[in-house]
Amino acid sequence: MKTRSKILSTIYLACATLSICAQGQKAKSGSFALTNATVQTVTKGVILDGSVIIIDGKIAAVGTGVAVPAGAEVIDCKGQWIYPGMIDGGTQLGLSEVGSDPRTRDYNEVGDVIPQLKALSAINPNSVLIPVTRVSGVTTVISSPEGDLIPGTAALINLHGYTPDQMFAGFEGVVLVYPNTGRKGFLDRRTSEEVRKSSDKAAQKLNETWDLAIQYNKLDSARQVLKYYPEMEALLGVIRGERALMIEANTSKDILAALKWVAEKKVKKVILTGVAEGWRVASEIAKSGIPVIAGPVLAVPTRDYDRYDKGYANPGLMKKAGVTVALRTTQAENVRNLPYNAAFAAAYGMGKEEALRSVTIVPAEIFGVADKMGSIEVGKNATLFVSDGDPFETKTNILHVFIGGWKIPMVSRQTELYDEFLKRDPGAGKD
Amino acid sequence: MKIYRSTLLFAMSLVMAVVHAQPRQGNLLIKGGTVITITKGTLEGTDVLLRGGKIAQIAKNISPPAGVTVIDATGKFVMPGIIDAHSHAALDAINEATNPVTAEVFTGDVLNPFQVSLYRALGGGVTTIHAMHGSANAIGGECETIKLRYGVKDVDELRMDGAPRTIKFALGENPTRVHGAGNNIVPRTRMGVEFVIREAFAKAKEYSAVWDKYNKARNQKGFRGAPPAYSLRMETLSEILKGNIIIHCHSYRADEIYMLLKVCADFGIKKLVFQHVNEGFKVAPELAKYGAMASVFADWWAYKFEVYYSTAYNAAILTKNGVVTSINSDDGELMRHLYHEAGKTQKYGALSDDEALSLITINPARQLGIEHRVGSLEVGKEGDVAIFQGHPLSSYTVPMMTIVDGVVRFDREKDPDDVRIYVDPKEPLDAVTIDTSTDYIDNCMQQAEENFYSIFDLR
Repeated sequence: MKTRSKILSTIYLACATLSICAQGQKAKSGSFALTNATVQTVTKGVILDGSVIIIDGKIAAVGTGVAVPAGAEVIDCKGQWIYPGMIDGGTQLGLSEVGSDPRTRDYNEVGDVIPQLKALSAINPNSVLIPVTRVSGVTTVISSPEGDLIPGTAALINLHGYTPDQMFAGFEGVVLVYPNTGRKGFLDRRTSEEVRKSSDKAAQKLNETWDLAIQYNKLDSARQVLKYYPEMEALLGVIRGERALMIEANTSKDILAALKWVAEKKVKKVILTGVAEGWRVASEIAKSGIPVIAGPVLAVPTRDYDRYDKGYANPGLMKKAGVTVALRTTQAENVRNLPYNAAFAAAYGMGKEEALRSVTIVPAEIFGVADKMGSIEVGKNATLFVSDGDPFETKTNILHVFIGGWKIPMVSRQTELYDEFLKRDPGAGKD
Repeated sequence: MKIYRSTLLFAMSLVMAVVHAQPRQGNLLIKGGTVITITKGTLEGTDVLLRGGKIAQIAKNISPPAGVTVIDATGKFVMPGIIDAHSHAALDAINEATNPVTAEVFTGDVLNPFQVSLYRALGGGVTTIHAMHGSANAIGGECETIKLRYGVKDVDELRMDGAPRTIKFALGENPTRVHGAGNNIVPRTRMGVEFVIREAFAKAKEYSAVWDKYNKARNQKGFRGAPPAYSLRMETLSEILKGNIIIHCHSYRADEIYMLLKVCADFGIKKLVFQHVNEGFKVAPELAKYGAMASVFADWWAYKFEVYYSTAYNAAILTKNGVVTSINSDDGELMRHLYHEAGKTQKYGALSDDEALSLITINPARQLGIEHRVGSLEVGKEGDVAIFQGHPLSSYTVPMMTIVDGVVRFDREKDPDDVRIYVDPKEPLDAVTIDTSTDYIDNCMQQAEENFYSIFDLR
C-alpha cells in the first residue's frame, strides 16, 4: 500500500513536471546585453561589432564599447545581426484563428457604418497564430476589421501580452473601405452594372455619414448634450484630425476617387491601404502627401493585360514616384511572411534598404509611434530581434526576439510539432 | 486518277499534321551559368546545349553549332524547369461535384491554353504542371500533366504526351461537406469516406472480373452472349487497381492519410501520392515504409480546421524520414514563386540546397511518373530550363528566362506586358480583380462552393 502511494506520488510528480514543460516557457524580463553584433539600426546606419543594452524594457545603449551593466544577462551575438522588430501594416492577427470557421472569425461585423467596433476588444492574446508570427521577427502588427464601408477601428498591437491593453502599441485608426469598383476573387460574380450600383450606393452613404459626423462634431464642440450615437462618437476623432482614417482603395479609379474625396472633405489624417494599383496613379498619390500601406506584395496583377510582376513591383514604383510606402501581408496565419513580401518588393525595384524601412521605421512613422519603435535607438522600446543573417532570406534563422524588453521564448506550436515528430517515437513498425 | 489520289493523300496528311500538331522543339546554347543539375551536382561556368528540344550536352566551353542561338548566362543560375504537382491552372472547370465518385471525368477535356496564369507561372520558372480535378469528391476525376508552352492555341500542344495517367482523390472536410452536409448522402464523416473508396474499388474488382471472364469466353468457339455493361467510371477505377493510374489524394489529417494507406494496401495499390498532406509529418515513417509520396505547401495552414495542427516543418520532417516530397502551389499566385516556397524549408528544417530544390524539380517529377524525362538537367532529358538572376533559393532572386523543349517561352528582358492570346471583346478595360481578400478561399473547391455556400456561411 505504501509502495503504491509512493509510486503514485512519483507518477504525479513526473506528470506535474511534464505539464509545466508542456505549458511552454514564459517570456523573461530584466536587463540584457546583446554584444558583438552587427546592429542594423535602420535610422542610424549599421554598427559593426556593436552592443545593444536593454534595461526596463527600453534600449538603454547602442554602439561599440558600451559597458555591460551589472546583473545584465549577456547574450553573445558574434556573427549575428540585430534588427528592430518588423511591423506589418495590415493583418487579421488575433481576430481570426481558423479561416473557414465563422466562430473563430471576429473581423467582420454586421453593419456598414460601425466605427465604434474596436479590433482591440476582440483580439485574442492567446491565439496560437501569435507565437508562430513573432518567432519570425514580426513583433508588431495592425489588426484590422474588414467588411463594408466603415467596418470598425483597427489597432496596432505588439505580439506579446495577456490582455489587449498590454499588447496595445499606441495607435488606432478608423477603417474606411472606399466605395469600390473592383471585384474580389473568383466568387465575386457580379455584373459590371451591379458593381457600379453598389459602389454608387456606398458613396452616397459615405457622404451622408460624413455630413452627419460634421454636424455631430459642431454640436459636440458647442458642448451640447447629445443622445447616444456611438458611430458619430467614434468618428469625432477623425473629424478633428486626432485619429487617422485608414482608407482601403485598390483600383486606380477608386484610389483617385478617394484622393478627391479626402481633398474635398479636408480629412486631416489619412492613410491609404491596399493600393494594389497604386503604380498606375503613383504621382497623384505622391502629390497628395498621403502615406500608403501596400500589400500583399505577393499578389497577381489586377488586370489580365498587366505585366506579370506588377504586384511585386508596385511598392517600388510608388516609392520612386515619391510616395511614403509601408507594407502589409493582409494575413492572419502567415504574417510571418512579411519579410518575404519585403524581399520581393526589394528585388522588383524597391531596393533592400527601402524595403527594410517599409517594414520598420516607415510604418512606425505613419502610425505616429516612431518615438517608441521602428529602429534601434536609445530610448525606444526594446522591440527587436537577433538573426544569423539577412531576415529577408529564407535561409536565415531568427535566434532571439525581444518585445518591449521581454525576451520571448522561441517556441510556437509549429516548432513543438517539429520537435515531437522529427524523430517520432514509436517509429515505423513498432506500433 | 493517280494524281487525284496522291493529292487526296497529301491533303489528308496535312489534316493529320494539324490534328497531331507537334509542339515546337528548339535549339539553344546556354553559356557560362552556374548549372544546378539537381541530380548530378552544381557546375560552375558550364554550358547547356539543347538540340531538338532535348538536352544534348552539359560541359564547359561548348562551341555553338551552326544556327543555334546562344544565351549568355554568365553570373546567372541555370536549373531544371520547375514542376508543380498540384495546380488548377489551364482548366475551365475544376469540380464535377455531383457524386462522391466521378472517376469518369478528365480535366484534360477542359484545357484552356489562353489563360494568362500560364504565362505568369513561366515568369516564375515553372515549365510543367499537374492540372488537377478539385477535391469535392472522395474519388474525383482524372488529371492532366501539361507543359507550359504558352502561346499555342491548340490544346493538344499543351499536353505532355506520354505522361502517366493520374487521378484525384479527396479525404476529410471537402467531400464530407459537399456530399454529406450538402446533399445528405455518404460520406458525411471520415468513416464514410473510407467506405466510399473501398466500395468503389470492390465494385471495380467485380467489374474487371466480369469483363475478364467475358473476354476470355468470347474467343472460344461457339461463344454466344452479350458483353457486360460498359462503365467509364469502372474502367478508370479498374486501371487504378491494375497500377496504370497514379492516385493523387487531397488529404490533411494523419488519421485519414493512414486510412488510405491501409485501403490501398488491401487492394494492392502501390502508386500513391498524398496532396497537401499537412499532417503527413505525423505518419512520416508509415508513408516512407509504404513508398507513398507527399506533395505539400511550404507554410499554408489554419485556413480551415483540418489544417490547424500543421507545421511549416512538414516538408523537412517528411524528407528526413525518407518520403519523396514536393512543394506545390494549388494557386495561381503561389505557383509563380515555388522556388521561394522551397527556400522556406531551409528556415523550417534546415534542408540543403539540393534537398530544397529537389522539392520543386525531380521529386514532383517522380510523383507524376515523368522523372526520366524532366526534373533534372541530364543529357537526354527534355530541354526544360529556368534561368535565374541570383541563386534560386534567395528571396531576392528574379527568374529571367524560362525554356520549354528548347523554346524560350518567357524572357524577362523582352516581356511585352500584355501577353494575352485571346482578348475578350466584351471585357471592359477597367475590370479589376483585387487579390487582397483575406477570406477563406479553397482553390480545390471551385465550382463546388456554390453547392453548400449558403449552408456554411463561408463569407
